[in-house]
Amino acid sequence: MKPYLSIRNLCVTLKHGAPILRSVTLDVSAGQVHGLVGESGAGKSMIGKAVLGTLPRALHIRSGEIWLDGVDLLTLPLQERRKRIGATAALIPQDPLTALNPSRRIGPQITKRLVDILGWHKNAAEDRALDLLAEVHIPDPSRVMRSYPHELSGGMRQRILIASAFAAEPKLIIADEPTTALDVTVQKQILRLIADMQARHGTALLFVTHDLGVVSKVCDTLSVLYAGKVVEDARMQRFFMRPVHPYSAALLAATPTYTNPTGSLKPVPATVIEDVETEVQQHDMRAGL
Amino acid sequence: MRDARGDIKRPIGLRLWLSGGWLTLLALAAIFAPLIAPQDPLAQDLFTSRLPPFWDSKAEAGYWLGSDSLGRDVLSRIVYGARLALIVALVAGTLTCLVGGTLGLIAGYFRGWPDRIISRFVDIWMAFPPVLFAILLIAVLGPGLISIIIAIVVIDWTRFARVIRAEAMSQGVMDYVASAQVAGRGRFGTMITEILPNVLPTMVALLTLEMGIAVIVEAILSFVNLSISTDSPTWGGMISEGRTSVHQAWWVLVFPLITLFLTVLSFSQLGEGLKDRFDPVLR
Repeated sequence: MKPYLSIRNLCVTLKHGAPILRSVTLDVSAGQVHGLVGESGAGKSMIGKAVLGTLPRALHIRSGEIWLDGVDLLTLPLQERRKRIGATAALIPQDPLTALNPSRRIGPQITKRLVDILGWHKNAAEDRALDLLAEVHIPDPSRVMRSYPHELSGGMRQRILIASAFAAEPKLIIADEPTTALDVTVQKQILRLIADMQARHGTALLFVTHDLGVVSKVCDTLSVLYAGKVVEDARMQRFFMRPVHPYSAALLAATPTYTNPTGSLKPVPATVIEDVETEVQQHDMRAGL
Repeated sequence: MRDARGDIKRPIGLRLWLSGGWLTLLALAAIFAPLIAPQDPLAQDLFTSRLPPFWDSKAEAGYWLGSDSLGRDVLSRIVYGARLALIVALVAGTLTCLVGGTLGLIAGYFRGWPDRIISRFVDIWMAFPPVLFAILLIAVLGPGLISIIIAIVVIDWTRFARVIRAEAMSQGVMDYVASAQVAGRGRFGTMITEILPNVLPTMVALLTLEMGIAVIVEAILSFVNLSISTDSPTWGGMISEGRTSVHQAWWVLVFPLITLFLTVLSFSQLGEGLKDRFDPVLR
């Protein structure tokens, strides 16, 4: 199947040249969930931000292509790019506490997207928002629509953000560690909810996380990232059975299991890290960074 | 999963009651000054000069807070003085807020070169000694209500610019701003719908603080005779006049001083009280 989102050789650097993403290439097919795994600081979130056009000021895209629905976003002028992204993609952010505007009620925050993006009438948008809130299992949606974010719990807010991400029926959703800020019991519900919604709406999902356990539950394919470089690209089952790259293998081995929770805590061996670092350096030499 | 957070009710605190009460009283007094003031605030009468306040045995009816050395009623002058003080507070405070707030918002949200220009300008501006600056300005513009207001705006917009800039910067990196941008909304629209409502509580607190400061600045300028003409009563002018006869008639100095003090205190407390009550993020 033709990928819906296709990133080709994306290089992102700091303004003065230090590389953040090193020739990242990955594909997300329509209706599939693609996991993006890596340590903190590996550049996972930056890939999502590069696609959505919300990179921090200090970073800029040096080279590469981002194909979204058959169009290379980076060749479009800024305003048109924003419009295109708004119409086709949405974000489920990491921290539900800062992702809703604290001084506006929930209702308008969801309906605004529908009015902005799809040009819907306000009443129609409100009906749709109520349906969506019910779909993400929020009790008493009409009350929640009138609430302010601080009146709701973290789990509730994350549900609202999920509803709002799916509101305008985007073809691609980028979920940036959507469960990291929640506690474990809520995490599981939210994960299941995202997976359900994704399946029902047939959306392509780029799922950014550092949790291999989470990946194994929701993803179809995945990329392992180290220092901004994709070290392995794989289908889910193959990856968990036979990881190809030594770093991926070490990561997998480092994951605690239910059967042997403490004994299996193995750090990633130093030799593996050295090898990956060399690989990264070789890449930089070739790319002239 | 019913959540009780929405049910928290914040009572209107004592602070809000007291400060709001005093300012309402003052506003009413200013509006209905001709009805309230027992005497003509400008009427001089040497037979009634330096009358003590009402509790003294030598007090005269109709001069509740005594009279000054020219026989003018202190209470009436305070009541009429409230007019000028409140006009200056409202107009100068609001204008300062608009000018400084707008610049701060732009600097904090857009960053980049607008921020660099505005911030350097603020830095340079703040290096001038403010009172001297005001006196200089009035000397150039000539005394009068408009000059006072301009002087206050020119001195104090930097306070707003600094604080609002910082606030807008911290709001600007929040995820909801990114979400709004991803939804294809323009930068300016995002600033108005996402950032502005969230810096508003701070702006209101600063605004009331600024109103208090405006009252003080006006009093300082009156004190050095640079406010509006000496005919119309001002609190600062009364304090300045009372200073010369403080040993014979302390009330001429003390009552306007207390009024000034309570007013400025009320303005700042009103801001804090409003922030406590209405800021959705504070709890």
